[in-house]
Amino acid sequence: MSWLEVVNLQAVPVADIPVLPMDELRRDTIEKIRNGQRLALFFGERTSAGTVVYSIIADDSASRLHIASSNLRDGMKFTSMTPEVSSAYLFERELYEEFQIEPVGHPWLKPLRHGIPGIDEREKQYGFFRMEGEEVHEVGVGPIHAGIIEPGHFRFSCHEEKVYQLEIKLGFQHRGVENLFVTNGSHPIYLEKLAESVAGDTVIGHAGGFIRGIESLSDVKVPRKAKLIRTVALELERIAVHLGDLSALSGDVAYLTGNSVFGALRTKVINTTMAICGNRFGRGMMKTGGVGFDVTPDLARKILGMTDRLDEEAGLAAEVLFSSASVLERFEKTGVVSKETATAIGMVGPAARASGVAVDVRTDHPFGGFEFLPVHKLTLPGGDVFARAYIRYVEIRQSIKIIKEQLGGLTDGEIRQTPSALRPKSLVVSLTEGWRGEIAYIIITDDDGKIRRVKVKDPSFNNWFALSLAVRDEGISDFPLCNKSFDLSYCGFDL
Amino acid sequence: MLDLFRLRMKHGNQAIPDVTSAELMETHRGFPVIDESKYSGDWRKITDVCPSGAIKMNPISIDLGKCVFCGECERVSDGAIKFTNKHKTGSIERDHLIVYSGESHEAYREKAIEARKEIRRLFGHSLKLRQVSAGGCNGCEMELNACSNVNFDMGRFGIDFVASPRHADGIVITGPITKNMAPALRDAYNSIGDPKIVIAVGACAISAGVFSGSGKLNRSFLEEIKIDLFVPGCPPHPLTFVNAVLEFIGMA
Repeated sequence: MSWLEVVNLQAVPVADIPVLPMDELRRDTIEKIRNGQRLALFFGERTSAGTVVYSIIADDSASRLHIASSNLRDGMKFTSMTPEVSSAYLFERELYEEFQIEPVGHPWLKPLRHGIPGIDEREKQYGFFRMEGEEVHEVGVGPIHAGIIEPGHFRFSCHEEKVYQLEIKLGFQHRGVENLFVTNGSHPIYLEKLAESVAGDTVIGHAGGFIRGIESLSDVKVPRKAKLIRTVALELERIAVHLGDLSALSGDVAYLTGNSVFGALRTKVINTTMAICGNRFGRGMMKTGGVGFDVTPDLARKILGMTDRLDEEAGLAAEVLFSSASVLERFEKTGVVSKETATAIGMVGPAARASGVAVDVRTDHPFGGFEFLPVHKLTLPGGDVFARAYIRYVEIRQSIKIIKEQLGGLTDGEIRQTPSALRPKSLVVSLTEGWRGEIAYIIITDDDGKIRRVKVKDPSFNNWFALSLAVRDEGISDFPLCNKSFDLSYCGFDL
Repeated sequence: MLDLFRLRMKHGNQAIPDVTSAELMETHRGFPVIDESKYSGDWRKITDVCPSGAIKMNPISIDLGKCVFCGECERVSDGAIKFTNKHKTGSIERDHLIVYSGESHEAYREKAIEARKEIRRLFGHSLKLRQVSAGGCNGCEMELNACSNVNFDMGRFGIDFVASPRHADGIVITGPITKNMAPALRDAYNSIGDPKIVIAVGACAISAGVFSGSGKLNRSFLEEIKIDLFVPGCPPHPLTFVNAVLEFIGMA
């Protein structure tokens, strides 16, 4: 049976999604990934009769998404896909944890967000990978880390100073976000604020992803000007975090000039966001049907003035940073993730692009203003800390260009349409290129048009495993540097 | 090398000279002022839009400990609620965070933070804090990090975040306190030597914010300890945090 083919943000009746036997869903999924497509999502939904498993495959080059599902009764099992396709590894663990559907033959089916010692009985199911040997030692870090960072547990197996294996145990931040979307589904403003808080460093990305999903399920038409302002806000967020990351990466190699200069530049960008919407992280900007705040011609001039100065100053700062021998010595050839590995484990975002994998939702599955705005996919071949740092710099330049173009076309007009009721029994896939990479929201409505299931996938879900692989064979002292070069979200993963 | 000098020249001095008198741009949503008389409709229309249940009727009030400063109530209130750009909203009393109709920012500030003599003596010239994120979304965490950057430079007052709770004089809590982080938070608190202070930062830490309906939280720890300073916001601006702490230790 053929799968349902949709584009990003195309709402479809749930009844149109083919229901396949589980082994067929599995076989097709594996085949599609082997043919160069990408596993975007593999998740479940509890029904009265058991669990529906959805598989969503992204055909990036054709800008299409393929959807199919399978009904599983309680207690049913299926043959794990992970031995065939590595990118299914976490999705299957998640499915097992949430719905007790066992993927038989999965390499290690341990809890994903639970099983933390002293919290619940599932800790017995959790075992760390252990390396044996007289001179092997383990280093455990977290959940509380040295700085002001979200919590997570890292366990290193080392010989002398060399890391052989890093296991990352997350789940400490689990707040039950997906459930809150459903239980508070009747309060549209609440839902917007909740989406803003899924990962508070990606306010525009997450709120935008959720809101565009909701809009696709209703008949609201987002005004042109609102789309333009949204694009500007999203790119400002990207610039701000990338600058912050360059600052932190400089700090990690004790290059204090970079730390200070990029940090100060970031402040200017987030203050610009505050000038638009009253909050440095863009809270309140994204509204269902449009945006919460207008950009007047006067404000647009101010934003353009900021980006002009930023273009020059970031250029100079990057010139200095990336020509410093002491910086390059630490950045280059550190924490390498090859293109093959990146593709196999399904990496996304700038981290994937720094490993030569050309994925960018803005181009592959255009959303919002990007439908009329082609974005050139930037890649670098190295896959090391240098590539992940440098790609941030080139993306800053690219985003500045996008903002200039957008604001150049600023016209008068409405910024918001009143949202309407959601279509019943429908499903939408909303993909967004946040600064970390692909953010996915799947929203499913029930017979009355109420939200029945929200599946959230932060790009961190795809990329945490890459960090584990990046630090293999590196000195343990390079871990903070490698970690920051990915800058992944804990709460975005833990939900 | 010349580029480096050019860069340093351009960078100049970024520090805010006096954080206690610094003001934020007009658009910033800080302290809300309520004028009940301006809205003649049913106040339930206003309380209904609030995503975190911060607005209450009889008497009409906004709880800054719950407020996420989204300004949605302001949009529907015909001018009865106005978020000002006043960023100094910290308080040492939980109840004081509730703002009533007619309360001005000056009136709110009068009783918000009282610098106790022993706190000033102990921590006035050096305050080291251990931050613990317990379900925080990274919003508060990034703003707390920003407190030590070149702009706000909290270190100049002897206030720093440290890695070990053993080196700390107090704990700064962010996030709604997830079940999975509750034991680690308690461990960190217990590891700090006495006397110690507790600062709750952001709507989530103070009241669980938009996560208050979640069954995945465990906030029992907060009932066992005394919170010495509340810093409201979603997230609080660095100036809100820095000023609250400076006043609390009697240095403002």
